[in-house]
Amino acid sequence: MADSSIRLKTGLAEMLKGGVIMDVTDASQAKIAEDAGAVAVMALERVPADIRKEGGVARMASPKKIREIMQVVSVPVMAKVRIGHFVEAQVLEALGVDFIDESEVLTPADEEHHVDKHQFKVPFVCGARDLGEALRRIGEGAALIRTKGEAGSGDIVEAVRHLRSVCGSIRRLTIMGEEELMAEAKRLGAPYELVRMVARDGKLPVPNFAAGGIATPADAALCMQLGAETVFVGSGIFKSEDPAARARAIVKATTHFKDPKVVLEASEELGEAMRGLDVQKIAKEELLQTRGW
Amino acid sequence: MSKQIDSNRRIGVLALQGDFAAHARALNRLGVEAVEIRTASALEELSGLIIPGGESTTMLKFLEAEGMTAPLIEWVKGGGALYGTCAGTILMANRVTHPVQPALRLIDITVERNAYGRQVDSFIGRADGHDLGGDPLELVFIRAPRIVEVGKEVVVLARYEGDPVLVRQGRRLSSTFHPELTQDLRIHELFLGMAARDSTSARHDSPRRVAG
Repeated sequence: MADSSIRLKTGLAEMLKGGVIMDVTDASQAKIAEDAGAVAVMALERVPADIRKEGGVARMASPKKIREIMQVVSVPVMAKVRIGHFVEAQVLEALGVDFIDESEVLTPADEEHHVDKHQFKVPFVCGARDLGEALRRIGEGAALIRTKGEAGSGDIVEAVRHLRSVCGSIRRLTIMGEEELMAEAKRLGAPYELVRMVARDGKLPVPNFAAGGIATPADAALCMQLGAETVFVGSGIFKSEDPAARARAIVKATTHFKDPKVVLEASEELGEAMRGLDVQKIAKEELLQTRGW
Repeated sequence: MSKQIDSNRRIGVLALQGDFAAHARALNRLGVEAVEIRTASALEELSGLIIPGGESTTMLKFLEAEGMTAPLIEWVKGGGALYGTCAGTILMANRVTHPVQPALRLIDITVERNAYGRQVDSFIGRADGHDLGGDPLELVFIRAPRIVEVGKEVVVLARYEGDPVLVRQGRRLSSTFHPELTQDLRIHELFLGMAARDSTSARHDSPRRVAG
């Protein structure tokens, strides 16, 4: 039944709230992430910072790697597929991963269409830069939305832009008259029924997480204070000096995001953060966030 | 159902991680304000606490890191009412398997983690026979654990395919499913009754037979 399927999918997303989901490339990193308190791990071939540096086509991680990760941790295991690559998604579902990220971090497989996520039993998370994009993905069946930010940059500015954009547009919808919603749906490029739902409820119909450029405990707490319900940390952990300590610190700051004293504690005694790239200095054609339609 | 705000009952939801907001909404619909709990000192004022669904390994680490484990156990043993769903049930159990992990030992059950499989095996079931009265219970199981053993002090209030899914021992209540993700408020109502300080049902310790 369609209704029970989406409830089970968003239900798992509910369980991940208030936590940190960490990118890992092998079983030993997955174990470090789980020990540090990650609520889930994201299995991928290379972290975004390396994809950026090394170039080439970025694809779904090898099933062998993912299976090794699934064997060592008891928290949910997520994995990424290329935008529109529904067969990679079928493979991951057959493998038994708990969540699929249809991600702009990998090289897109389809320049017009995303995966029809209603066809799957496994839940999907998708990136969005604004409310229209978020609602298009939800219309296709996504059970969880995250900001795109700019993955692999270590620069939080884009995640902040996307969070503010989504949350600001939601607030605007709530004060609009019923007769204004169709024109707004057209402007957003979003399904009308979903626009009405958001206008009525004042929130997305699925959880709303942050991703893309989070490198420090303060970055994580910033996203949470701006309205994100959980954070994804990609290159920020395993590209830093002491991944285990940084992972624990980001987890702590995310739980206590409203308490500056705890965020201070979490920020102390950390090694160097990932060096990072100023998003303004990245060539337009190298931006990952513009992938997705 | 009672819509009155009861000053006698102050209910907290452990908000370290998980679906604490869904539990708070269920309590709000019953006219009860829910307090988000992130520190040991915040326990003192409460008459009842809900440990939500989420990741039990993560929550265990948080409890340890926050120095909350011992105060929480002490608070429950001092008479605080406790309700755990899914991961909350895993934390409360006396014994946990698959994998074996530390437990708070607050209810005499053995729990097997992820017993039904991974997320693709999550499902919505139904309990026709149960002790709450009225319609069947809708059971939302998400990467759910299974209660594989219950001690003789534990009362089974609902079963699914023979396995206990809702159990009670004194003022402690555990479910392996998620009523907070449904419209059904009966289990939260039951818990509010258990958390009322003057409740005569608070000492409802004797084992009983269960339907189903």
